[in-house]
Amino acid sequence: MSPAERAPADRRRAYPSDVSGRITRDEAAHVARLARLRFSDEELDELAAQLSAVLDHAADVEALDVTDIAPTSHPHPLVNVTRADEVRPSLDRDEVLAQAPSVDDGQFRVPPILGEAP
Amino acid sequence: MSRAVPGREPAVPEDWELVVGLEVHVELSTATKLFCGCANRFGDEPNTNVCPVCLGLPGSLPVANAEAVDCAMRLGRALGCEVRGAVFARKNYFYPDMPKDYQISQYDQPTNTDGCLELPDGHTVGIERAHIEEDTGKTTHIGGGGRIHDADYALVDYNRAGVPLVEIVSRPDIRTAEQARAYVRELRAILLAIGVSDARMEEGSMRVDANVSVRPTGSDELRTRCEIKNLSSLRALGRAIVYEAQRHVDLWSGGERPRQETRHWDEANGRTTPGRSKEDADDYRYFQDPDLVPLAPAAETVAAIDAALPPLPAARRADLAADGGGAVSAEDAALLVERGQDDLVRAAIAAGADPGVAATRVANDLAVEDWAPVTPEGLAALVAMETSGRLTATQSKQVLAEMAEGGGFPDAIAERRGFQAMAGDDLAAAVDQVISENAEAWSRFCAGDEAERKKLAGFLTGQVMRATRGQADGAAVNRLLGERAGS
Repeated sequence: MSPAERAPADRRRAYPSDVSGRITRDEAAHVARLARLRFSDEELDELAAQLSAVLDHAADVEALDVTDIAPTSHPHPLVNVTRADEVRPSLDRDEVLAQAPSVDDGQFRVPPILGEAP
Repeated sequence: MSRAVPGREPAVPEDWELVVGLEVHVELSTATKLFCGCANRFGDEPNTNVCPVCLGLPGSLPVANAEAVDCAMRLGRALGCEVRGAVFARKNYFYPDMPKDYQISQYDQPTNTDGCLELPDGHTVGIERAHIEEDTGKTTHIGGGGRIHDADYALVDYNRAGVPLVEIVSRPDIRTAEQARAYVRELRAILLAIGVSDARMEEGSMRVDANVSVRPTGSDELRTRCEIKNLSSLRALGRAIVYEAQRHVDLWSGGERPRQETRHWDEANGRTTPGRSKEDADDYRYFQDPDLVPLAPAAETVAAIDAALPPLPAARRADLAADGGGAVSAEDAALLVERGQDDLVRAAIAAGADPGVAATRVANDLAVEDWAPVTPEGLAALVAMETSGRLTATQSKQVLAEMAEGGGFPDAIAERRGFQAMAGDDLAAAVDQVISENAEAWSRFCAGDEAERKKLAGFLTGQVMRATRGQADGAAVNRLLGERAGS
């Protein structure tokens, strides 16, 4: 991952929209593809409308003046929750692999993967 | 396309400048994984170090490993970074190497930002960030000759899933392949010095990706870059950068432009091949992980880390150079610090050893590992025997090897082996004997020009060494040969 992509950049880009602030069918299809979900065109139109409504609400919140309000990182007022670096027992391998639909040679067996890890 | 000259890298054409930034993933040598108590251990039986957290089972909750966070902050401070409050974020993608379907990383609020790393030659490379994230599982593609696209299926081992990593992202400040290698070597030396990782490229505990682009010399623009993966050695890193830069130069020169994409280094064929097109960071739909609370290191915590940092390689090289009074070469100093043998040499110098000889003898002839029995006093005594002419360089190396094996003090070893530099009449007799046995070579030596003389001196010295079973001092033999030839 490159430095430029890591930059917080313009957070608005996380909410793609056309000039009218509406999510297009193509954008809904793109998000669906990322989530490995398949929809018909009718469903995509309906989802695009629903997603647009969510963004409208976000836009309402964004319009508020929050200059004096500290960002809320988490609903719990906690920081630095850590544990000691001590080994604890792992699960029994046979029990773990018994949960998987396909197993081979002590490993999870998965269908051939097209492409590489992101 | 320029051809590689063995042992030398072709340079990018003069009117183009290389622009490289490196992303280095380092596995932290903690006892456990980043968010669970499973062992962080390389080489165990597959899927034996897994639990509900690192398998992403419903209802499990990650808790950050205090030691991993501490290691990351130590590294940040060693790189001169600002250590700041940070939050963990989910990087979402579907691939079987992460059973949760996301990787926990840090995104817009990383632990370390804005540092720098100074190379031994004085060039400074900026560090943009060094953030904490978890490693992924290991997938093995089966069938189809092991190639991803032709595989019949894949096997997944989650022992590595959740192992703590720090990803160190440099600014695009690197201008040559040699600087890129020097950067990785220096980073590795720092990691070893502060003890946060074993940083072995060949075992994958240190993984390097290179972002490569070129621009016309004198310009400060940033052109389209490609990210090169699969660089498993420093040699591969250097070769891949030069290859990729030349590819970009050829494209731009031909009126084309490179595509922004990830490419793989093909070591066997010495080239990069295209991987996937680079997707937008938006596609990962980063968002703050609601299962984890922020890290907010107190100022005292950071101050305590600073106070506990050991001397770093750059400072150690400077100390060694200062103790050596200019007699220790920069190469020897870098090597000694990298191997952790600088303290030995400095102590020997303090005990009276000739700095240049002590540094060279240790850098060239002392084992990289298992040299603990060599004491500064022993080394100083050995160097004194060599500089006074009691031992030849060859004998000195052998004595040093035996010292490393626990053989004791150098004078005892030399005596036991019957080592002493042959001197005076014995040496003169040996030289005369060799001259008379090699009359033809000797007459060519006497009549030859400088180059010829040098060549034959090497031959004749070798004959003397053989006749004396290495007990002659090469420099003394050379002097005698010159005297006999009447010059």
